[in-house]
Amino acid sequence: MNWGSLEELLSGVNKYSTAFGRAWLSMVFIFRVMVFVVAAQRVWGDESKDFVCNTEQPGCTNVCYDHFFPISHIRLWALQLIFVTCPSLMVTGHVKYREMKDLKYAKQHKGKHMYAHPEKKRGGLWWTYLLSLIFKAGFDAGFLYVLYYVYEGYDMPRLSKCSVFPCPNTVDCYISRPTEKKIFTLFMVVSSAVCIFMCICEMIYLIFKRIEKFTKKVQHRSYSSLRVDPTASNQNITNNKVKKTLSKGKPSPDLFKPTSEKPGDSPFRRSSGPNASLPVRPPMNSLISELNPHKLDPRETKNPPNMRILQQFTSLSLSFSLQALNSSL
Amino acid sequence: MSWPALYAQLVGANRHSTSLGKIWLSVLFIFRVMVLVVAAESVWGDEQSDFTCNTLQPGCENVCYDQFFPVSHIRLWSLQLVFVSTPTLLVSMYVAYRNHCDRRRLLQGQEEELETLKTRRLPIVGALWWTYFCSLVFKMLFEGSFMYVLYVVYDGFEMPRLVQCDQWPCPNLVDCFISRPTEKTIFTVFMATASSICMVLNLAELAYLVAKALNR
Repeated sequence: MNWGSLEELLSGVNKYSTAFGRAWLSMVFIFRVMVFVVAAQRVWGDESKDFVCNTEQPGCTNVCYDHFFPISHIRLWALQLIFVTCPSLMVTGHVKYREMKDLKYAKQHKGKHMYAHPEKKRGGLWWTYLLSLIFKAGFDAGFLYVLYYVYEGYDMPRLSKCSVFPCPNTVDCYISRPTEKKIFTLFMVVSSAVCIFMCICEMIYLIFKRIEKFTKKVQHRSYSSLRVDPTASNQNITNNKVKKTLSKGKPSPDLFKPTSEKPGDSPFRRSSGPNASLPVRPPMNSLISELNPHKLDPRETKNPPNMRILQQFTSLSLSFSLQALNSSL
Repeated sequence: MSWPALYAQLVGANRHSTSLGKIWLSVLFIFRVMVLVVAAESVWGDEQSDFTCNTLQPGCENVCYDQFFPVSHIRLWSLQLVFVSTPTLLVSMYVAYRNHCDRRRLLQGQEEELETLKTRRLPIVGALWWTYFCSLVFKMLFEGSFMYVLYVVYDGFEMPRLVQCDQWPCPNLVDCFISRPTEKTIFTVFMATASSICMVLNLAELAYLVAKALNR
């Protein structure tokens, strides 16, 4: 188990993240893990051997080193990176749990599916995702505070004075490569701060989108007694409706008019594939009547062009960092 | 054979685990094996070279080091992780045996049924339940015993800065200084906490299995 295996584990999380989440993951693996492995570890490599005190007293150097470095920066950053990347696995776990439930449901109900899109961040998964963001930002901030507290700031002095037993008096001790260590400390602190900021932006974006969805729902709400699939209440349908009205040149006047069609009588069906009998809520029929009657192209709605470019960039950057990690380890 | 190879073996067995078992495997590999490999091993890297005694007597340092570190923490943890992962292989061995028996029966049957044999997930009932139950009991036993051994050998989870040694050939009571004692204490406490969390997860999984069996 090393950073490469962790990266492979986490690249699967990318599918379920927002654009901010993907950028965050690239940021963590390129600017933090990669810099940590290829550069920072070498800078701190001789921290104990080259920590020199102006004394011949045996044991004084050991004790003074332990006094000034209760926990090394490198170990703190390793723990920070492990803790910060793990909350994303909660989201993967939740999606897998949903897929498992969906499979069991499909077996019991002969082909019908509980979730149209198990990976869509609706219902419980939205809360899991938000919680994972809170944990990520929390762990990052916590470790930054611990580093600040243990080392009394982010500074690395050239000279420290030590008078712990068995040092006979106040002894001068010299840290190896203090300037280089200060530069890397500041770099890692700034990249942590940027990651915290990105988490906060993502949280605001998620909450804003939810509020927006809620207000839209309130606008054209109608009641149903059927079970609502949280992943099928679709951005997809809204996206396609917008495309349709743009292509027509003017908004359709009866876009939001509720109809009184029967529940089972929906023109919306996937024309092929395992989800051919996708359940659809009857209130959507008013929007559905405006759609292309043939089929909804799932690729277009799941992956608009700018998201595909971002996905490609993220996967390229991840594979690049994976290669670099493998060659350095 | 290395940690990634062990991981590959265990992930295969993971398919037949409960959700708690899957969480246990993630905690094991991310918070214990990975922390051991990327952080703890470098903390203990210079444990012998930086173990300094206040004496010029040749051999005294070696003897004192051996007295205070009969087994290094790193080796104890590596052994613990290997022993704790092994009972899961019991489960995958049993599943392989079941698949072998079913394959023999189905050999006259259709091709696609043979394919589903490899990818199916067996329900945890009957003999598989007992195998799973035994594997959990063994895991907990191994975790508990290794934590106890670590506690007894090192008189607790704390690493002192100074130890005093008067083993021959040291001429008198000699002060010996351990390298990075605070960092070692932090990591010892971290690994003990992760062990306890794994034990709690195993206990919860045991309770869940028993509750499921009683329900049936």
